[in-house]
Amino acid sequence: MLIASLTLPEQVVLTLAALILLSSFLLLAQVRLDSLINTFALQGLLIFLATVLMAFIAGKYHLLISAALTLFLKVFFIPGQLRLLVIRLNIRREVEVIGNPSLVMLFAAGLVLFSYYVALPIRELSLLSTRNTIAISLAVVLIGMLMIISRRKAVAQVVGFMSMENGLFFAAVVSTHGMPMVVELGIAFDVLVAAILFGVFFFHIRSEIGSLDTDRLNHLTEVEK
Amino acid sequence: MTGWFWVIVKTLCVVLAAPLLAGWVKWLKCRLQNRKGPPPWQPYRDLLRLSRKHVVLADTASPIFRVAPYIVFSVTILAVSIVPVITVELPVAALADVIALVGFLALGRFFLSLAGMDVGTAFGGMGASREVTISSLAEPALLMAFFTLAMNVSSTNLSTVIANLAQRDFTLYPSLIFSSMGLILVAIAETGRIPIDNPATHLELTMIHEAMILEYSGRHLALMEWASMLKLSLYSLLIVNLIVPWGIALTLVPIDLAFATLIVTAKLLLWGLILAVSETIQAKMRLFRAPQYLGLAFILSLLGMMSHIILEVQ
Amino acid sequence: MMDFAMTMIIAETAVLAALLSAIVPLFFYRLPYLQSWLSFLLLGISGLAASWGGGMALLLRTSEQVVLPIGLPWLHISLCLDPLAGFFLFIVGLVTFIAACYGPAYIREYIDGQLGIGPLTVFTGLFVGGMFLVLLAADAFSFMLAWELMSVASYFLVVFQHQRPENRHAAFIYLLMAVVGGAFLFLAYGVLAGFSDGFSFAAMKAATLSPTWATIAFTFAFIGFGLKAGIVPLHVWLPLAHPVAPSHISALMSGVMLKVAVYGFIRFVFGLLGGITWQWGVVVLLVGSASAVLGVLYALMQHDLKRLLAYHSVENIGIIYIGLGLSMIFYATQHLEIAALALIAALYHCLNHALFKSLLFFGAGAILQQSRQHDMEKMGGLIKKMPVTATCFLIGCISISALPPFNGFVSEWLTFQAALQGPILKSGILGAMIPVAAAMLALTGAMAAACFVKVYGIVFLGRPRTPEIEEATDPSFGMQLGQILLAVCCLGFGIFPAWTVRALNGIPEGLIGVGLSSATDKGWLWLTPVSAETASYGAPAVFFGILVSWLIVFVLLHPLRRDNRIRIAPAWDCGFGPLNARMQYTASAFAMPIRRIFSFVWLIVEKVEPAGLGKRSRYILRIDDRLWLLLYVPIGKLMLKIAERTSHIQGGNLRVYLCYSFFTLLFLLWVIV
Repeated sequence: MLIASLTLPEQVVLTLAALILLSSFLLLAQVRLDSLINTFALQGLLIFLATVLMAFIAGKYHLLISAALTLFLKVFFIPGQLRLLVIRLNIRREVEVIGNPSLVMLFAAGLVLFSYYVALPIRELSLLSTRNTIAISLAVVLIGMLMIISRRKAVAQVVGFMSMENGLFFAAVVSTHGMPMVVELGIAFDVLVAAILFGVFFFHIRSEIGSLDTDRLNHLTEVEK
Repeated sequence: MTGWFWVIVKTLCVVLAAPLLAGWVKWLKCRLQNRKGPPPWQPYRDLLRLSRKHVVLADTASPIFRVAPYIVFSVTILAVSIVPVITVELPVAALADVIALVGFLALGRFFLSLAGMDVGTAFGGMGASREVTISSLAEPALLMAFFTLAMNVSSTNLSTVIANLAQRDFTLYPSLIFSSMGLILVAIAETGRIPIDNPATHLELTMIHEAMILEYSGRHLALMEWASMLKLSLYSLLIVNLIVPWGIALTLVPIDLAFATLIVTAKLLLWGLILAVSETIQAKMRLFRAPQYLGLAFILSLLGMMSHIILEVQ
Repeated sequence: MMDFAMTMIIAETAVLAALLSAIVPLFFYRLPYLQSWLSFLLLGISGLAASWGGGMALLLRTSEQVVLPIGLPWLHISLCLDPLAGFFLFIVGLVTFIAACYGPAYIREYIDGQLGIGPLTVFTGLFVGGMFLVLLAADAFSFMLAWELMSVASYFLVVFQHQRPENRHAAFIYLLMAVVGGAFLFLAYGVLAGFSDGFSFAAMKAATLSPTWATIAFTFAFIGFGLKAGIVPLHVWLPLAHPVAPSHISALMSGVMLKVAVYGFIRFVFGLLGGITWQWGVVVLLVGSASAVLGVLYALMQHDLKRLLAYHSVENIGIIYIGLGLSMIFYATQHLEIAALALIAALYHCLNHALFKSLLFFGAGAILQQSRQHDMEKMGGLIKKMPVTATCFLIGCISISALPPFNGFVSEWLTFQAALQGPILKSGILGAMIPVAAAMLALTGAMAAACFVKVYGIVFLGRPRTPEIEEATDPSFGMQLGQILLAVCCLGFGIFPAWTVRALNGIPEGLIGVGLSSATDKGWLWLTPVSAETASYGAPAVFFGILVSWLIVFVLLHPLRRDNRIRIAPAWDCGFGPLNARMQYTASAFAMPIRRIFSFVWLIVEKVEPAGLGKRSRYILRIDDRLWLLLYVPIGKLMLKIAERTSHIQGGNLRVYLCYSFFTLLFLLWVIV
């Protein structure tokens, strides 16, 4: 086993990667909106810990700034905003019915295997000891996309979108020691603006069609049935 | 030959100590609920009392009803004899491996369910139906957890697995972490503890194991109760020896054995505390949420296996 | 070496005796009892001879050929008896012999029927003879001849009780799919014959095919043999045909005819085709896993006893295909020892399934004969009325649920051990898929145990649910003897696995080139398929251990000096008064939690009709096969549409027909020129 040859902090990073994948699966399975947001905050926390550890392993202390940014945005600010939104939209008590959770979970497991298969040649290009986690981060991105597809409530879809960005950030951290700071800040601001716009958008959708069920947007079609 | 003698001694000790573990968990739960509770050795008194009472058989009972307690108890004893308790050097590993262990427990469950259906009452049928549903979902999760373990160690022989794990340096294996979590969840389901089944209830809507043994009395009931306490000890030993294998004796030297006995007892008492706390803070789930619980156990084991392939192997 | 050519002579005797059992009793049609005794006597001799010859060929690892002077002028029928054929001959012969013990008492009720038992005996003999010839055939022509004989003879057996329309429908579907399967087999053999210089198996083995053509041949053979073996989605005929045949024929069809199809597949792919790629193995593995899981899920929802057993055959064939798929994957990646292990696991499961499935069908036949009931919901409490049948059926239930110490457990254990060697493969994806397939196997094992708790509990335990059931008694001696023999075999093959594995070792040595040498490294008591440190199973010791601990506990609790009276009292009824049979769980109720959890698998129609004027409230539950609607109904509609278009040719106009002849004549004249 190669893992036995890694140092303890590197093993902790691998364990954190596996826990991040678990949190993606948990996001798929959550039915209530506030536990969904809490799980998303947990995923952000795990990524923060992994980034801090990578900063110390690789000695690249600029990762600590990215880590701090992640902590502020992904663990406190965006979940806080989502919670406020949920309270103001009065959808706190709503429970979403997920069509057939077991099939969705099995498909997600298949996605993990598929991303492993896709990441095999990419893995050869990295020289880091934690390069095995590229497959995991790709899987997190794909599972985030699956979440957007399989959910009907708009808030859940936004959380899926955010977790895609989590996956991308994690991929950058563990495979290349972080992106250039400019790209980093740019992405972070994009996500922030997206969150604010989503909030505004939700109110508009709600006032137009009376609910946040995105399947109801089908009624906006021009074609006569 | 001396190895087999020690196997018999070990099995006897575990069989005799099993009620104490069950009593310890119950005593801790009572203390956590701010009650005084019966002392930890109360199950011994219960078993003695039951074995002295007469047996009352239902008029619809068949020979299966009378034979089932003996089969369930014998098969559980056999299963216990395979699990390494304080040393891995005993020859009993040649008898059966982990998959055969699951098979033994399945045989016990088969006869227990048949005994439930034998009397022709609604309770028995209900208990049997729920029990087989839960076990058919728990078995893949359990075997998946064992497979992940087997892939890590390349063996399903329990002695080899525990010896191998105990001799490695401390390494964080994500696969073992996940499969241990899956194993714990399945163990709680299979031994009939909260949140799957309440071992202390007799309400018809909530019992599973109790419903199947509802008609038993006297020495038959004593055997069934003892078998379920033995099953709890079996799963507890598996969990403490597989997840925290350090401290098990790798030889048959007496000083090693004495040291290992102390450590295993301490581990079991700690596990009893964890079990008691988890039972107190959770409520029993309704039956149709059990598939989600067991699905979570399966996903954890599956993630463990995938982490092994993705993260741990070159 | 005086046994040389002996095994072939014994096997030929078996075939001859089977064919004689078809013909000779016809002369005694005025004396039906003599007719049935004679035919079953000859069938029994045939079965004994087949199992003896086959067993000897397997154990001695001989391979003998003979060319008979019958057949087409340029293509005589050649027969060959090697260890693989010998093993399957042993299985078919053993079950035939026991069916011959069971048969006379069972078909007594048909003697006074409309046709008498003449058709039954004739076609049973032809069916068994056809199966033997399939196993012995050494060239494509005689293989297909014997295959079609087997299919057509079994059609007549299935349609024997033709008075009911659903029986006729079931037999029609069976014949249709058997013929389609035969067509695919023709294509498969045709592809092979195109590349070799002759139709004999030896010539085909020596042929080399390009990978594309090999895959095409493999696909045809997979579909053709799969239609007969009953893998999903080609299984729809199984639950229709097996329940309507007489019970000893159902046992023969379910127990051994499916194995003959598996034999054909192994012979074609491992023996003739060669060049196995891992992709083929993955397809076989996936189809096997799907068949196993879907088969057991469908079986759980049935309450007709024989249909439930038929769906379990689908499940067990899936388990065999899992073993074969694993073997193909490991063979293709050059891990020959593990391929041998997986192949032995699949073959062992063939033997085990033949034994316990026949046992279960014979038990079902006994119940059917005594109580005239198909439906489990009307049975109950039979253990007191039919103790011998109940004990043998219990052994069958424990064996099919893969529980130690019986035989079903050993073959599943070996399959798990083969699957656990998955990580040895370099490809991580394959190494991940194989444990998932093993988890599916674990799911089917647990569900099969659940299903058989339901079956045994509803049929034999509890209170009788209808008055007709209370008249049942144990069947006559022949039927009891057959079941007892099979039960003893189930126990025997469960307690002595190491000996069986060593006996089976000749087959992988012949097909793959390597046997499983390490299985009996530690002696005959311990089965160590890979090595003693990896996994070990000591079956005799386990059996001994269970018995000894049972005895010790019993003795400790029953000291003779103590007063241990047992009081008989009514079951506890919550103080509401006497319990009746309607208060027990029914079969549908027992399976309800699983039905709710896996509801997406079936097509469920559940209705409650409330009580109205003069009628009681009704609860209707119907479970249908989704695959029938998804796959077969569209194909059927397409065929009907094509047929309808084509029927326009038959315009009815005389001049149009003359036109057809005229233009055909012009065309032929042009071709000749």
